[in-house]
Amino acid sequence: MSDTATLNAGANAPDNLRFYVPGDHHPQNATGLGFWLYLMSDCLIFACLFAVHAVVGRSYAAGPSGADLFDLPLVALNTSMLLLSSITYGFAMIEMQKKRVKPVLAWLAVTGLLGAAFIGLELYEFAHLIHEGAVPQRSAFLSSFFTLVGTHGLHVTFGLIWLVTLMVQVSRHGLLPENRRRLMCLSMFWHFLDVIWIGVFTFVYLMGVLP
Amino acid sequence: MSAHDLDHHGHDSHHGHDDHHDEGGAAHSTVGGYVTGFILSVILTVIPFWLVMGKVFDSSSVTAFVILGFAAVQMVVHMVYFLHMNTKAEGGWSMLALIFTLVLVVITLAGSLWVMYHLNHNMMPSMHDMQNMP
Repeated sequence: MSDTATLNAGANAPDNLRFYVPGDHHPQNATGLGFWLYLMSDCLIFACLFAVHAVVGRSYAAGPSGADLFDLPLVALNTSMLLLSSITYGFAMIEMQKKRVKPVLAWLAVTGLLGAAFIGLELYEFAHLIHEGAVPQRSAFLSSFFTLVGTHGLHVTFGLIWLVTLMVQVSRHGLLPENRRRLMCLSMFWHFLDVIWIGVFTFVYLMGVLP
Repeated sequence: MSAHDLDHHGHDSHHGHDDHHDEGGAAHSTVGGYVTGFILSVILTVIPFWLVMGKVFDSSSVTAFVILGFAAVQMVVHMVYFLHMNTKAEGGWSMLALIFTLVLVVITLAGSLWVMYHLNHNMMPSMHDMQNMP
């Protein structure tokens, strides 16, 4: 209906007044690019937090240093949780392409459990640090440490909430185009958080324990 | 600019043909791609942890540079195999956004370190100055 109206208007009006050309391509999948731009702006937030940690990361105020506090085997376990959750999410995306609902839900559940394990280990580490008196207000190093690692953990937490929401959506409505688009966005978000974690474990933990 | 627009449209209309299985934008992910990426990232994670926990190098700065190098390579691996970054995605705009972001990140990190290093250097009274203070 609206197409014919546009066509008629196009036929009567002078050429330079036709704003809409029938058959003109309108990108259908701009969501991917839009979400990518959000991730890039998120990347700038993390860049600022990394810059702060680079500047004050060795200002201990006579308090504990990274070498005193960090438990590298725990960090390695944490890292493996996040790495494994990345590949299980990838398997969920592959099952999504085959349009198989049950395997998608199963892989999403595994991803969610690994993500929850990551958050649990991180909370355990934070509780342990606070118990030892290494609280954020102790030194500039600890302030920036808790801000940077905490911001990443908060992102993972929101990713988990998003993941559970999508599992409910997929189990109720199946793999609709909308749900597939949402799963794709969460996939980008989840893999992006993994990329940030590479920076965190290298820069904060591994370089933090170097003398 | 107009030439580029034409180019962009040409690419998109070609893209439209395989919209059905391309919906979601991640059609090119395969099990092999994910497994390759995972194995590479495991290797690239284990080596830095081994270098630091095993105290392989005597010098801290050597270790720091080497593990930063491994981190950079691993980020590229994740971008390629997990985030499916390439120069063709979204008509090249996502790559352009990524390059722009990387420029900003480099300016933020290098600029902060540079400015704050000199600030500390110039503002901190040395022991000699402290002794001459009234």
